[in-house]
Amino acid sequence: MSPQAAGRLALLGLLGGIVELTTVSQISIFGVPADLTPLLVCSVGFLCGSVPGAVFGFCLGLFVDTALLQTLGVNSLLYTAVGYGAGRLRELRDPAHALAPVAVGAAATAIATIGFSLLQFLLGVEAPVSWLLLRQILMTIVLNTLLALPVYMVCRRLLAPFLPDDPRRRRRRAYTTGGLSPLSKA
Amino acid sequence: MSDKVVRRRRAVLAVLVLLSLFLLTAYFGESSNGTLHGVQRGAMEVLAPIQEGANRALKPFRDLFGWFGDTLDAKSERDKLRAENDKLRNELIQATDEKRQLEQYKGLAQQNEQGGLSHYQPVSARVIARSPSSWYQTFQINKGSSDGVRVDQPVVNDAGLVGKVKSVSDGNAVVMLLTDPEFGVSAQALESGEPGSVGPAVGAPGDLRFELVPNAKNVRKGEHIITAGTSTSSRVSDLRSLYPRGILIGTVKRIETGEGELDRVIHVAPVADLHNLDVVEVLTEPHNDVRAQATP
Repeated sequence: MSPQAAGRLALLGLLGGIVELTTVSQISIFGVPADLTPLLVCSVGFLCGSVPGAVFGFCLGLFVDTALLQTLGVNSLLYTAVGYGAGRLRELRDPAHALAPVAVGAAATAIATIGFSLLQFLLGVEAPVSWLLLRQILMTIVLNTLLALPVYMVCRRLLAPFLPDDPRRRRRRAYTTGGLSPLSKA
Repeated sequence: MSDKVVRRRRAVLAVLVLLSLFLLTAYFGESSNGTLHGVQRGAMEVLAPIQEGANRALKPFRDLFGWFGDTLDAKSERDKLRAENDKLRNELIQATDEKRQLEQYKGLAQQNEQGGLSHYQPVSARVIARSPSSWYQTFQINKGSSDGVRVDQPVVNDAGLVGKVKSVSDGNAVVMLLTDPEFGVSAQALESGEPGSVGPAVGAPGDLRFELVPNAKNVRKGEHIITAGTSTSSRVSDLRSLYPRGILIGTVKRIETGEGELDRVIHVAPVADLHNLDVVEVLTEPHNDVRAQATP
């Protein structure tokens, strides 16, 4: 990955994190705020591959944990897994369906929110598993699913010049190359 | 894909995961004055101005979304509160009504026990309809012939005499109030013992007159008027009064003196609040005491 691409990823992470913390997290829709960070991580992983996705996820998780004075490492661990998983999905399957980012966003949010709750319980935070908590997790997943496609489009627009292949041509390539991702050739 | 690439990818993943776990463990294990906490605080101090600036810059967007959200929330909350208000109002009305009915039932029960009405086989009934006309001083109750209610049986509430049964059907009955122009009852002044007859004051709704009193000058203002329960025969079938003795009708409100003894007019205010009747009792065996006396 070129330094320009790394710089743009860093900028994306910084801006995305700040927008999430200062604005998006304070707007409640369906009673819960949206969480853009897992969407950003999975979008980057889905566009750039597993290693950039994992590194981006780790860094963004660390940024969020630091900014919110949370236990360091919790979000890093989860977002590393999310970014890596999204990247591996792209590398192995290269889904060309237009709604694939939506499914990936939903799955990433589910992993992030459920994983965060599980880790909190493992760390000994005393909170009952209530219907309210389950409802909040579910509503966050639903809300993030709706936001997944716009976030993915923004990420793709920002990262398009640095991607190994233009994602808009993936559908056509899928027919000509038997569906193999160019990332897998690297 | 070469093994080198795979190994590198796995190595990166392993390093990141291990680093995360190390951070997590170290942060969780150290005190709040530890190194990682200090680093975090330092980073936060650096980030704080950026966050504050971004917070201000993005405030209009947040406010815009917040306005939409608040508007939607306010509308739904308004509807919710309106529904809750309606529900509470209905509950309050119901509770107030039930409380009033309960008080009347309690009064009736007390009267049955202390006033000795229980041996007249009282049947409790609720007022279900009322005549809106001032010409017909009647109301309808939810008990009828199937409950033992018959025509001319006296009707009382927790205060005293209310009227009598005018007509009966199977499940309900019409009660004539004692202020009805057709109503009349033999009565007696409780303190002076003067007998007479109580009937409505014509042209003065809600007012009663104590008439045909032999020594009307003995009757004083504020005196209680009760049913006389008089009969001229020992045979039950010849009873002239429909009402058992001792039911309070009203109190002497005003006495108009005329030129002679016969011109004296005694006005009686009914003791029962005839405008607010919810629960009444029909005395289905009003002559039980007379029967007891007539039985050898």
